[in-house]
Amino acid sequence: MNRYAVSAQALDAAAIEALVRDDAHGGMVTFAGIVRARADDGRAVRGLSYEAQAEMAVAEFEAIAREASERFGDCSIAIHHRTGDLAIGETAVVVAVACAHRGAAFDACRFAIDALKERAPIWKRESYVDGTAEWRENACGESHA
Amino acid sequence: MRVSVVAFARLRELLGFSQRSLVLPEAASVDDAWSAIAAEAPAIRELRGSTRIACNGAVVDGVRRLRDGDELSLLPPAGGG
Repeated sequence: MNRYAVSAQALDAAAIEALVRDDAHGGMVTFAGIVRARADDGRAVRGLSYEAQAEMAVAEFEAIAREASERFGDCSIAIHHRTGDLAIGETAVVVAVACAHRGAAFDACRFAIDALKERAPIWKRESYVDGTAEWRENACGESHA
Repeated sequence: MRVSVVAFARLRELLGFSQRSLVLPEAASVDDAWSAIAAEAPAIRELRGSTRIACNGAVVDGVRRLRDGDELSLLPPAGGG
């Protein structure tokens, strides 16, 4: 399994964590983004559909991981993002970060998911229980998952 | 010259294609390509400012000159995560 991937297959957080777990890094933080039942505006969500420019998205994940190591010290990072149709409760994204210590691991994981949401060429179409659907853009600097 | 244009997400829906080829004059720029596409699709005219355009996988400025065979990706604002 590659460390950086865009995939139509269900994400296995434990398998992605295993990609970064090793004897050199004592702190591991994993962020998982899960499909919520309610949109930010309160509407009932039926599901999400993700689309990506996969080649560019994977290159962006690699760049984000390099930047994280430059900022927070040696980190081992894996980033996987789903595409296709996802139901409520499914995992849309997993960012697993292992660093020497917990502080850098938390900081690098937060940096990586924020950078992904801002920069990675991935798009989300939210479908609602009332039958409507909308493309949803990420607001820059927002901390919502 | 002939370039390939790939549209994603909202832009794909507004344009009605995911990929097409586009014939442009020699030395045309990325912005010239956008203008040619927008001329046929008024719904996207206001979206240039929010759209990143990649040439062969790398995001480029509008003034970038195109070459025959280039592939342009039209990238709406990100929505991943």
